[in-house]
Amino acid sequence: MQRTNQKGARTAFLCAAALLLIVLLIENLSVFLPAASVPKIFQSTSMLFTVLKKGVVYSLVAVSMNLLNGFAGLFSLGQAGFMLLGAYTYAILTIPVASRDTVYYIYNGSAINFSLPEIFGGGPVGLVLGVLLALILAGCVAALVAWLIGLPVLRLKGDYLAIATLGFGEIIRAVLQWDKLGPVTNGANALKSFPTFSSFNVQNDAGQVSLRLSCFVPFLLSGVCIAIIVMLINSTYGRAFKAIRDDEVAAEAMGINLARHKRMAFCISSFFAGFGGGMFAMYANQAQARTFTTAMTYEILLIVVIGGIGSVSGSCIASFLYVAASEWWLRFLDTETVLKSGFKVPLLRNGFRMVVFSVVIMIVVLFFRKGLMGDKELPDLFRRRRKEGAAK
Amino acid sequence: MQYALSILLSGISLGGQYALIAIGYTMVYGILRLINFAHGDVFMAAGLMMVYLTSFLGGLLPAGLVIPAGLLLSVALTVILGFVIERAAYKPLRSAPRMSVMISAIGVSYLLQNLATYVTGGLPQMYPEIPGLSKTVTIAGVSTKWVTIITPFLVVALVIALTQLINHTKIGMAMRAAAKDFETAQLMGVKLNAVISVTFVIGSFLAAVGSALYFTNYQSIVPLSGALPGLRAFVAAVFGGIGSIPGAVVGAFLIGISESIIKGSSWSVFSDAFTFALLIIILVVKPTGLFGEKVTDKV
Repeated sequence: MQRTNQKGARTAFLCAAALLLIVLLIENLSVFLPAASVPKIFQSTSMLFTVLKKGVVYSLVAVSMNLLNGFAGLFSLGQAGFMLLGAYTYAILTIPVASRDTVYYIYNGSAINFSLPEIFGGGPVGLVLGVLLALILAGCVAALVAWLIGLPVLRLKGDYLAIATLGFGEIIRAVLQWDKLGPVTNGANALKSFPTFSSFNVQNDAGQVSLRLSCFVPFLLSGVCIAIIVMLINSTYGRAFKAIRDDEVAAEAMGINLARHKRMAFCISSFFAGFGGGMFAMYANQAQARTFTTAMTYEILLIVVIGGIGSVSGSCIASFLYVAASEWWLRFLDTETVLKSGFKVPLLRNGFRMVVFSVVIMIVVLFFRKGLMGDKELPDLFRRRRKEGAAK
Repeated sequence: MQYALSILLSGISLGGQYALIAIGYTMVYGILRLINFAHGDVFMAAGLMMVYLTSFLGGLLPAGLVIPAGLLLSVALTVILGFVIERAAYKPLRSAPRMSVMISAIGVSYLLQNLATYVTGGLPQMYPEIPGLSKTVTIAGVSTKWVTIITPFLVVALVIALTQLINHTKIGMAMRAAAKDFETAQLMGVKLNAVISVTFVIGSFLAAVGSALYFTNYQSIVPLSGALPGLRAFVAAVFGGIGSIPGAVVGAFLIGISESIIKGSSWSVFSDAFTFALLIIILVVKPTGLFGEKVTDKV
């Protein structure tokens, strides 16, 4: 058993490393090869890279939500609120001092006059250390607030917990948009000019990009976070979470401290939601409280459902599918199309994409309740096939 | 004094409109133990239907008949919408875990909002003026719309009718039985599917009436305009004790008045935050609300 576990871990690690390498290669095709010979899909402006970046950020957030909903059985709808906290913490800590006056022009400059990347001496080292520390702090702020919220809220069960966390998400949004906090949060206006994923691209002296890292970095960050979550799920704590999910009373009878484990699951999930929120700000090049609405929580919840509640790899696959479908593949539904024969395709109009999309989601929710993966993981599928092969 | 009166008046009328939505939440929760997240969007859809029906009927009927016919038709269509949602999205999941039903409700809400965006093209729609309701009237020096005065009376009348229905008819008895014990009611020959459908029909009917009153006050309708009133009405239902109709009405009036007081003060940014803070305080201090029955979990 021990040996197979070790072997499984090694295989998973190798697969992850291979995936990272492939991402790095794909995104640098247009840098290494002459522009004309690269297919359009691999050009740096391709939709593919937007989808990859957004998808990987959503994977992390979806997995963090799955940890809570699928593994600990706590139905929480506060994810967008924690992402918002993370995004704002990240942005506030990393906006360069020189740009602060322009970003906070309504409030005559910011109340916080330092920037983590500059504290670490600027340059590439400062950038990496500063961004990493800011993201971790973003997660910590979200986790701290989650701990405070959890004190009263985690005593609730089922749908009451859902509606209370939903409410807290809204409260967080209202507080961050408050005018009096303007010098810190910039009120209802967007925070911008902080380091984004593109800041990690290596440039040569001529100012041209010599090595693209803007997709590699989010993949690496999300990958490490998801690996930590997976390790947590496979630990004793993870087994305790699953026991609580399956039967609270039985779990308590077996000596599991319910309150402590629930609080822990809530804080850890919020930490990664905050981390993911910071990354979402990096992806979107700005952070604004308006974007982190309940609709965003619903979106993430639907991703988790499509992927299968209780499956980490399902959440990741579903994130990429969801983002690719909504941002890229279904785009054509939003534009009016006239066929060559002069036939105008009916119904195609702005907004139709989302209608089709929500109908598909409803079909998944109603008829494929297990989602893509159920509670299985990707390796499980291969393992079963191998076993079937051996039986023959 | 005048200012206080005007705030109180608008609070009461807002509360009455929330009450009509909250009853739908509380009845569905009482029977199915489901937070019907789509209820707020049904409310929004009722408003939109009225907008499109009046512009459609405008060419067919004489001018005096357009608004009444539009109102009747929009209420009827909303009732059908509520019925269809229950049959299509909740009935197949009757034996599924409660979380799946709630996710299905969130999916319906998402679908209705996206449909509304598609139909309206994302532009705010103006609710037609209902003669009689939109006229202004002056009471003790405060000028307000007639709808503000009429709402509380209409709400009280509807609630009395509803309690009569629940306490003195056969279907009402079936509803009470189903709310008390789902399985035993079924064993006693209560046709649960019919009862649940009636619950959704009543809820949607009240939401449609509520939307006519609400959108006469706040005329522009966007796809998201059902979400927040829906959540506030839900908070009202919890406040009053979920499952209890008088509780929902009292809770809705309290929420409406406090919202209008906060909106009139310098803390207006926090009006929604206050509503949710209230929700959390109630859930923690007295989860059964003002009039709710105590529920004990069986192992």
